[in-house]
Amino acid sequence: MKTQLKKVFELAKPSFIAIAIGLFMGFLVMLAFNPGQSIPAFIQLILGGLNQGSTGLGNTLYGAAPIILTGLAVAFAFKTGLFNIGASGQMMMGAYVSLHIGVLWALPAGIHVIVALLGGIFGGMIWGLIVGLLKALRNVNEVVTSIMMNYIAANLLIILIRNNIYNADAARSSAILPTAILPSLGLFPNSTANIGFGIAVLIAILSHVIIHRTTLGFELRATGFSRDAALYAGMNTKKNIMTSFTIAGGFAGLAGSVAYLVSGKTISIAYTIFVEGFDGISVALLGLGEPIGALLAGLFLSHLRQGGFYMQIYGFVPQVVDIIVSVIIYVSAISAVLPKLFKLFKKKKHEVTS
Amino acid sequence: MSLIYQLIQETYIPATVLLMVALGGMFSERSGVTNIALEGIMIFGGFIGIGTLALIEGSGIPPQLLLMIVLVVSAIFGALYAMLHAYASIQLKANQIISATALNLFAPAFAIYVARLLQGGGSQIQFTTRFRIAEVPLLSQIPIIGDLFFTRVFISFYIVILLFFIARYILNKTQFGLRINAMGENPQAADALGINIYQYRFIAVMISGALAGMGGSIFVISSSTEYAATVAGFGFLAIALLIFGNWKPTYVLLGALFFGFLRILGSSYSVIPILRDLDLDREFYVMLPYVFTLIILAFFSKNSRAPKALGQVYDQGKR
Repeated sequence: MKTQLKKVFELAKPSFIAIAIGLFMGFLVMLAFNPGQSIPAFIQLILGGLNQGSTGLGNTLYGAAPIILTGLAVAFAFKTGLFNIGASGQMMMGAYVSLHIGVLWALPAGIHVIVALLGGIFGGMIWGLIVGLLKALRNVNEVVTSIMMNYIAANLLIILIRNNIYNADAARSSAILPTAILPSLGLFPNSTANIGFGIAVLIAILSHVIIHRTTLGFELRATGFSRDAALYAGMNTKKNIMTSFTIAGGFAGLAGSVAYLVSGKTISIAYTIFVEGFDGISVALLGLGEPIGALLAGLFLSHLRQGGFYMQIYGFVPQVVDIIVSVIIYVSAISAVLPKLFKLFKKKKHEVTS
Repeated sequence: MSLIYQLIQETYIPATVLLMVALGGMFSERSGVTNIALEGIMIFGGFIGIGTLALIEGSGIPPQLLLMIVLVVSAIFGALYAMLHAYASIQLKANQIISATALNLFAPAFAIYVARLLQGGGSQIQFTTRFRIAEVPLLSQIPIIGDLFFTRVFISFYIVILLFFIARYILNKTQFGLRINAMGENPQAADALGINIYQYRFIAVMISGALAGMGGSIFVISSSTEYAATVAGFGFLAIALLIFGNWKPTYVLLGALFFGFLRILGSSYSVIPILRDLDLDREFYVMLPYVFTLIILAFFSKNSRAPKALGQVYDQGKR
């Protein structure tokens, strides 16, 4: 057990170094523009959701659920060697199908919300499948297609809302029926935390099991390591690519359901691309492409976002969080060479002192 | 007839940006480095370029000269920003997609952060100079050609055409270009010939950064009156264009015109009688370029001739 813990720590060490460097850079950026307020604001940022006691904690969990799910959508495709930059689009389609069912279908309580969730998964899966099909059958670069699918989804979302579930007075989608609202998590009073976080944890564990404990997971990973070798070993790599992208799309679609099957939440018909999809990329990269890693990274990012929100009272904009995250990703991208750099640094220091 | 001329003149606006950025991407990708950071570099270059414009536009510099200054500034900062990607993915052998993602994420966040703190409020950077040339003297009087190329035009249109010929010449006819091609196909062989792969790739990525940086500024100047930390996915479209054009300048040019035309349908469909009568949502037309990109890629990718070593980290020790 102890050796296993040590192994996990060794694995996560570059991430911790990256996080430390990212936070430090964020602090420098804040210091450069407003030195006076930067220290209290930075403390506010680090404290994140903890600022407001149980309400803040609950809000952190609420914000974490969708980005954990989009993070899983990215991480899952990563395992098959595919870069799913289209989690935003998949999430948008998932959100739409969930809202459509939530607004228009009159189903009994209990069943309604489950159907809406399943609909969200379905919407995301279709969007993922299209990318998978193009990649598997026509060898189209999945990075480009999934980005195109994001833009298509953003426009389609507006068309669909306007023609089906439109509330013209607010220029937004109509409110969902009470039976389609996700139940509250119950643990954190006065917060928006709902069972979405529980769903996200379940899906994270589920994807961990699929990837590491099943034949399907083995095949997906084999396809990711080397498509040719997997093909030679008799695996249907085309099917694996499609499966991987479809499942990933389903996760992202579920993110849309979890984020919007909430009392009072609607989608504006102003053009937008859901940021949670891009957060998912950060979450997956920060979580080292592992489902459990994505779970932790999602919590961390949501925590920072809460901090970024509260930090505004000191006159800083929440974009500081994105700056920090981008530095973290950059540093973890070069983390393979970090140990070497540190060694070099140590050696040089040694030479100087001796 | 004047409607057709007008549509063609409008088409040049997005096509100019796409061609500029795609030409940049061509250098990077032909040398073997994927550059999906083009989007972020455009946003960064545009930010510095438009920021400079907002600072100096009141000082009486004539508009076209002002545009040149903006372009030079954005090219320099685009190249510098691209160096981050080059350093990580070439020298430090990082995953090219991941380091590019970091750049894409950083640029808009940084632009909004700095703009809001410096302006003490809104994150948009406004500018008042208008750069469109109504008529080029004399040349606009030539029948047909005058209407096609010398009326209601931006000077960036001529710059990108010039760059197109220069890029085509460099890539196909000079030692530098041929070496870039060689290391994108077979870096081991190129290295064996004594070419410094790291150095050439670094320069190639910087060229892509310079052109993408200019593309970012041109995008804002020609399609808006304010900078809003976005380039509407043109960086990604430029990469799609490279695949569509098989990494060849001439096909990329044709592709840029085609996508440019689809792009303007979103804003111009209401002046085209046939389309107006269809009574479709505006978003349908906005969506078109992306849908067509998918369809075209589905047809062309199977036989695409991507540089063989594209996206692979070159490690001299693993020869």
